[in-house]
Amino acid sequence: MTGDAAGDGLVADGLACRRGERLIFSGLDFALPAGGALLLTGANGSGKSSLLRLLATLLAPAAGALAWNGASVAPDPSRYRASLHHLGHLDAIKPALGVRETLASWAGLRGASTARVDGALAAFALDALADWPCRWLSAGQRRRLALARLLAAPAPLWLLDEPTAALDSDGERRLVAAIEAHRAAGGCVAIATHQVLPLAGAHTLSLEDFAPTAHERAAGDPLTEF
Amino acid sequence: MGPYRALLRRELLLAFRQGGEIGLALGFFVLAVVLFPLGVGPEPEMLRRIGAGIIWVAALLAAVLSLDRLFAADYADGGLDLLALSAMPLEGAVIAKCAAHWLTTGLPVVAISPFLGILVDLDRASIGRLALGLLLGTPALSLLGAIAAALTLGARRPGVLSSLIVLPLYVPVLIFGAGAVDMGIAGGGVRAHLLLLGAISLAALPLAPLAAAAALRQALD
Repeated sequence: MTGDAAGDGLVADGLACRRGERLIFSGLDFALPAGGALLLTGANGSGKSSLLRLLATLLAPAAGALAWNGASVAPDPSRYRASLHHLGHLDAIKPALGVRETLASWAGLRGASTARVDGALAAFALDALADWPCRWLSAGQRRRLALARLLAAPAPLWLLDEPTAALDSDGERRLVAAIEAHRAAGGCVAIATHQVLPLAGAHTLSLEDFAPTAHERAAGDPLTEF
Repeated sequence: MGPYRALLRRELLLAFRQGGEIGLALGFFVLAVVLFPLGVGPEPEMLRRIGAGIIWVAALLAAVLSLDRLFAADYADGGLDLLALSAMPLEGAVIAKCAAHWLTTGLPVVAISPFLGILVDLDRASIGRLALGLLLGTPALSLLGAIAAALTLGARRPGVLSSLIVLPLYVPVLIFGAGAVDMGIAGGGVRAHLLLLGAISLAALPLAPLAAAAALRQALD
């Protein structure tokens, strides 16, 4: 996997993640080419969210390296950060701001113009609520607003953590449509999910395959030494 | 300038929408100063001597009171992740947030301080020095406060802890701020005091965001 000359998209090489003293996964390799989709599966606590935060550079890997479009991420993470969206469990929605205001401020933080804001709201059927304060939104509507961020400020790599949580079937359809349009335009997406999303040609990566062995776990766990 | 302006705009919008927070710090500032004459007695001689110190201490406490507004909400709702992935470095986000904090707490304190100066019977020149000192010193209060606010993210009683961290850092600002007024009353030159106040704010402008951003990265982990 090293020295991949084609190298388009995201390549992970030997990633390991450690939270506190505990090794969550190790030796994780994958290649996510442009237009590709990667579904991360695994039991609760197997490290799906940690892997996505690690891919978003919000966590530092315990070992391994990331490369984006053939260039290593570590020397200049800010360039890489500008080309990714990370959608976590928390939606960062401020109850006091309006729906459109929220999306416009997110786009602004990414250095994007507000030109795509209304289109992004429409894509997730939030256009009728654009002037509502966010405190009136339901859980599903909040999730839609968080997803609209993906479209308001374009970025080629989407890292989505349980994006379908709280979404109804219409929302799920809209999400799949957005992902497929994104992939058709050359973007790629990594999704942690327990649900089967109808994405064409998606690869599945089970994090349980990279869980540390009992021996490795014991080596990293100070409690077992007593 | 795009992301900085977007963040500053959002912070100001939030502060004004949740107007109670600006009013809270400002009301605390005014009340703390007003309570002192009731406690120590209304003799103008005494008030004139301790007035500037009272106002400066109240300004410090008002700044501490509003520090949890800086990062706590973003830490709790995941906004910190978005700031870390925004188009500006985290240090820049800290500066924008401090600017918004100063505009909504420091500047109102400066604006209202002349009235409180009258209340404690300061003469006109002293009121000018008080307001000018606050104008030069309050940016440092916001910037140094950001370090404490970032360091205490995730702590169980962040407000108490951050005031313990930050109040010692505020001591130089207090000494030179209150000192400028006292020196003026005693007939000495106040230029050095005011220059030092400005110097503290200027030094804090690049240094405090570095420290605060490092603490925020720690909190992200």
